[in-house]
Amino acid sequence: MDKLKKLIGWIDDRFPLISTYKAHVSEYYAPKNFNFWYFFGSLALMVLVIQIVSGIFLTMNYKPDALFAFASVEYIMRDVNWGWLLRYIHSTGASMFFVVLYLHMFRGLMYGSYRKPRELLWIIGMIIYLALMGEAFMGYLLPWGQMSFWGAQVIVNLFSSVPFIGHDLAILIRGDFVVSDTTLNRFFALHVIAIPLIVVLIIVAHLVALHEVGSNNPDGVEIKKHLDANGKPLDGIPFHPYYTVKDGVGVLGFLIIFCAIIFYAPSMGGYFLEDNNFVPANPMKTPEHIAPVWYFTPYYAILRAVPPIFGSQFPGVAAMGVATVIFFFLPWLDRGKVKSIRYRGPIYKIFLTLFVVSFVGLGWLGLMPATPTYTLISRILAVVYFAFFLLMPWYTKIDKCKHEPDRVTFK
Amino acid sequence: MTDTMDHSKRRLLIAATTAAGGVAAAGAGAPFVLSLMPSERAKAAGAPVEVDVGAIQPGMMISAEWQGKPVWIVRRTQAMLDLLAKHDDKLVDPKSSVAQQPEYCNNAYRSIKPEYLVVLGVCTHLGCSPTFRPEVAPADLGADWPGGWFCPCHGSRFDLAARVYKGVPAPSNLIVPPHKYLSDTKLLIGDDSKGAA
Repeated sequence: MDKLKKLIGWIDDRFPLISTYKAHVSEYYAPKNFNFWYFFGSLALMVLVIQIVSGIFLTMNYKPDALFAFASVEYIMRDVNWGWLLRYIHSTGASMFFVVLYLHMFRGLMYGSYRKPRELLWIIGMIIYLALMGEAFMGYLLPWGQMSFWGAQVIVNLFSSVPFIGHDLAILIRGDFVVSDTTLNRFFALHVIAIPLIVVLIIVAHLVALHEVGSNNPDGVEIKKHLDANGKPLDGIPFHPYYTVKDGVGVLGFLIIFCAIIFYAPSMGGYFLEDNNFVPANPMKTPEHIAPVWYFTPYYAILRAVPPIFGSQFPGVAAMGVATVIFFFLPWLDRGKVKSIRYRGPIYKIFLTLFVVSFVGLGWLGLMPATPTYTLISRILAVVYFAFFLLMPWYTKIDKCKHEPDRVTFK
Repeated sequence: MTDTMDHSKRRLLIAATTAAGGVAAAGAGAPFVLSLMPSERAKAAGAPVEVDVGAIQPGMMISAEWQGKPVWIVRRTQAMLDLLAKHDDKLVDPKSSVAQQPEYCNNAYRSIKPEYLVVLGVCTHLGCSPTFRPEVAPADLGADWPGGWFCPCHGSRFDLAARVYKGVPAPSNLIVPPHKYLSDTKLLIGDDSKGAA
């Protein structure tokens, strides 16, 4: 024990080990009233680790070559020891990552976690979200099935509708005039090294920013306003051991669901792994019905809802882009006097509910074929989606907020 | 040496160094970006392909591959050709005024020979390959469907001259690739130069 202490002392003289541990773990004070919704940040971090580890092992048997990719995935599934498990962990992990992220983001919407002083924290988080969408999209091409191919074909063509530079931009992304072996090979490079590296770095930035401003909480009040004699927040408790233990419970609950999916429903009825992707890519024939994986479908439904204007499909593409980017402006669109939904008035609650309905509704419509009725519903929901953001400066201002408590409460 | 510093000189030097460094970084970055553009092999894959159209039964379609994309060749029946002129009001560009076809195909049938339509099987919306639906008035496409293509991805519709209908996501007619006939039934896709083939 003495020797261990000496070793730590030796390291600490040369590297800020103890102080870093204290600042970010044992003496990082988080509000004591975290509830269920505060599981998803740490869960997202865990899913990232799961994806990186399972991904590394998949690359050991996967071949990023249009001639061999599909067969190498089948080889992993049938011949590699436990290969099926590695792949199902990775494919289920991708979908569960977005489940966790969407809940994490919804938590931010409910409790106003994007409000001052956490604007930058929110923006960094949104960058992570966009980077992970790119990561997921590129990963989906790798099995080189029918949905891989045609999904990539459609998404890359979104870029070609950008005025003036679109055509060349799409060629630059594909590295070819069509989605081909070249595209597969570069998406592999980006999927396994470039984007994960960036994602890890910006997650570090996300945590550094979080620990600088401190966590928000379900009451949306600042715990730093009330400090004890030692300068610690009265309503704060150290992250370790209190929240490491609490998050451990979340991890257990999550893993039960995660394993149940892996072992009993890895394709989730075609939602996590689409049926058509069990057919090798055929550039000559589009499947009867194509839809992106579920986590992209809200945006996809918005894309389809916008008709071409002046003979260009760019407005639809732009609407889809705006639908994702508009989240970045949330901190400045919200003019409410309070942060948390607990003290907001009825108008915000109605708008947030409508937003959730539109997001889930669009997500469902994006999976369905485009019939005139569905297109009409998509258009209505798309308007609701944007109204949530664009009317926000107005309705948050006139909303009748309740009085915010001075200290955090338990509910 | 006095301790007064020439700030403007320092600023100028910093700006000059930054600019020179920026140019060098951009220069060094160029090969990386350019390596992402199509390779020589990818460019060479665009060679013309020869197709024998003689064996196509009337009313049927075959697909050929050119530049990695599907090219459709449909042998239209007289009944199909007669229906083409009857729905101009429902089309975005019935007269093919947008240059989605070579000059020699800018006619009512969008083809060199009315009987054979040669068209790129890539939807002008987002690049899916539409499904050939030559039958008249099927249940799912409506009673006024004269035959054509239906794109499964986003619901775009095209008639049998590959002209796009109004009110669908695709903005323009399908592209007619450059092509020419080497003989009565030998078709060359991807090359329309005159003279010896």
